[in-house]
Amino acid sequence: MWKTARIGGLGALALILVLAPLGFPNAYFYDIAVKALFNAVVCIGLNLLIGYGGQISLGHAGFFALGAYGSAILTVTYKLPALPAMLLSALGVGVLAYLIGRPILRLKGHYLAMATLGIGIIIHIVLKTESGLTGGPDGMGVDPFSVMGFTMMGDRMWYWAAAALLVLAVWLSLNLIDSPVGRALRAVHGSEVGAEVVGVDTSSYKVMVFVVSAVFASLIGSLFAHKDGFITPDIGSFFRSVEFVVMVVLGGMASTFGSVVGAIILTLLPQVLTVVEDYEAMVFGGIMMGTMIFLPKGLLPSLVAGLRKRGGAAQ
Amino acid sequence: MRSLAKWGVAACAVVAAGVFAGAAQAADTIKIGTFLSVTGPASFLGEPEKKTLEMYVERLNKDGGVKGRKVELVHYDDGGAPDKAATFAKRLIQNDNVDIIIGGTTTGTSMAAIKVVEPAGVPFISLAGGIDIVDPVKKWVFKTPHTDRMAAEKVFLDMKKRGLTKIAMISEDAGFGKSGHDQSLKVAGIYGIQIVADEVYSPKDPDVTAQLTKIKNAAGVQAVFNFGFGQGPAIVTKNYKQLGMSLPFYQSHGVASKDFIKLAGEASEGIRLPAAGLVVADQLAATDPQKPVVTAFKKEYEAAFKSDVSTFAGHAYDGLQIALAAILRAGSTDKEKVRSEIEKTSGYVGTGGLVSMSPEDHMGLSLSAFRMVEVRKGDWVLVD
Repeated sequence: MWKTARIGGLGALALILVLAPLGFPNAYFYDIAVKALFNAVVCIGLNLLIGYGGQISLGHAGFFALGAYGSAILTVTYKLPALPAMLLSALGVGVLAYLIGRPILRLKGHYLAMATLGIGIIIHIVLKTESGLTGGPDGMGVDPFSVMGFTMMGDRMWYWAAAALLVLAVWLSLNLIDSPVGRALRAVHGSEVGAEVVGVDTSSYKVMVFVVSAVFASLIGSLFAHKDGFITPDIGSFFRSVEFVVMVVLGGMASTFGSVVGAIILTLLPQVLTVVEDYEAMVFGGIMMGTMIFLPKGLLPSLVAGLRKRGGAAQ
Repeated sequence: MRSLAKWGVAACAVVAAGVFAGAAQAADTIKIGTFLSVTGPASFLGEPEKKTLEMYVERLNKDGGVKGRKVELVHYDDGGAPDKAATFAKRLIQNDNVDIIIGGTTTGTSMAAIKVVEPAGVPFISLAGGIDIVDPVKKWVFKTPHTDRMAAEKVFLDMKKRGLTKIAMISEDAGFGKSGHDQSLKVAGIYGIQIVADEVYSPKDPDVTAQLTKIKNAAGVQAVFNFGFGQGPAIVTKNYKQLGMSLPFYQSHGVASKDFIKLAGEASEGIRLPAAGLVVADQLAATDPQKPVVTAFKKEYEAAFKSDVSTFAGHAYDGLQIALAAILRAGSTDKEKVRSEIEKTSGYVGTGGLVSMSPEDHMGLSLSAFRMVEVRKGDWVLVD
């Protein structure tokens, strides 16, 4: 039953992604859609850590930025092709996340939040000050993404690539959660002591999911750099890290589709809210507060629960 | 709960309707797009820029527009984030179909937008300082503010006149100061200036006496040049005084606002710096071609907003005037025609100086656009 629900969900997502461009009148809509899908992939990774692993990271924008700068520096300065540069950056970020993750994932609650926050800020500062390498606060230009003579150009092409990537990420995430690893993770989330008692190596599972989510962020960071063509250290700022966490929480923790919904809504909202101009921040804050008060479990889980309830009442 | 959801749907529909209504406006108006950093760390630049654009567009429409065509300003706030700036630039071009873009408060946001503007082929006048924006020259990109290289050149020119050749630099290690420092090193040789000491500090350092002591003890230093922005230079100035240093002291155009004098207090006496004519509007000679422009702008701005005029507001004003003049000369809003008319801008007297652009120069300001001013009795005094 669970299996059919999973395939159904994936199918629905794919269908929406295929049909959505019918409503896009111009390239600007594609651009926003690509950004939303990119964020969604990052959030799927982060949701594994937050929603299933029960850990928190306030430094994921740092990994995102490292991926972006890794690709930028390797392709622009060292003339490496885009694909190896992207994979190398992801590998580097993975190793870094592993080395950092081992000690800091022993921390819990606020302390873990502070430690990851610190890492994010350190990465941001390094990117800002190592101007010989990164171009400093004014940023650096990045060449378009090209593999074996084929260059990714235009927002439409990026849209299809991002959509394919999202489906892949959702599929990976759903499978991971439903595997022994996923069950172990959920056990860690439920009760770390309990998980240990039944023989789950909690610390290595925590580190593993931390690394996986960091690599997701790094890969998307690389693609983002190639797509936008220009990056500054601010893509790794503390505010961005918080934004990612908010997307996960808003969409609904421990729900892969919830993360996708959260990411898409939070990417679109600022664009829609330009209509109210000076009151943008206020309306944005109001929506966030309203969601947290009325739908504390996040958008998707609350809606699904609501629908179930209504369906039950009707019978 | 149910009715709440209904209201939510209704609200979304209204907002969406607003978005699409914006896209379907009469083609008869001239559409000027702008993205500025009205919030975020660069808001003290973006805010006056936005106010200026709005005020002058409104005034223009009251006076009948450009040849009877109304001007519409489409504005987005990028919050200082370059990727948002790029998205908004795309939105302005693709969704709002603007005829020209004036904006880009910081070098970062401008550079990000250039990636969108160049392939799309829309004239873009940036309001940021970085020299990278127009060097190398890009077909569709122009800018109004002075560059940090010009500031360094003006300072070195003044030093040369006073016979100071061996100098010490102390600069911010990030952003504006960093870029200014690098440009200074590039042009110092041309003016026969030798930099014998080179110190840096962070924008948030509460004290720089250590760096200044090093400069004080360096042999043969004849003058000190500080490149920075915000409160950093005020701290350098105070420490300079505390250490009893008396060498000629220069600052960059980054501190050309009254706030600097307020922060640094008495220690700022005698400091020299390059500044736009707008800063010393009242002191310009009556024969100065910039005099009527800057005094009028200063008066109008200060009357409308009850706050001191800023040079950044002036950059926006210049951008708007150059754009409107080009549209008027082109006789249409055809993008290529307007672009080539902007490039032909010649002898425009703006708040930043005399602007004469060419295919090789998309800024069009010369060194004469900067005035050398000195702080005396808590106010700017024009010295050159």
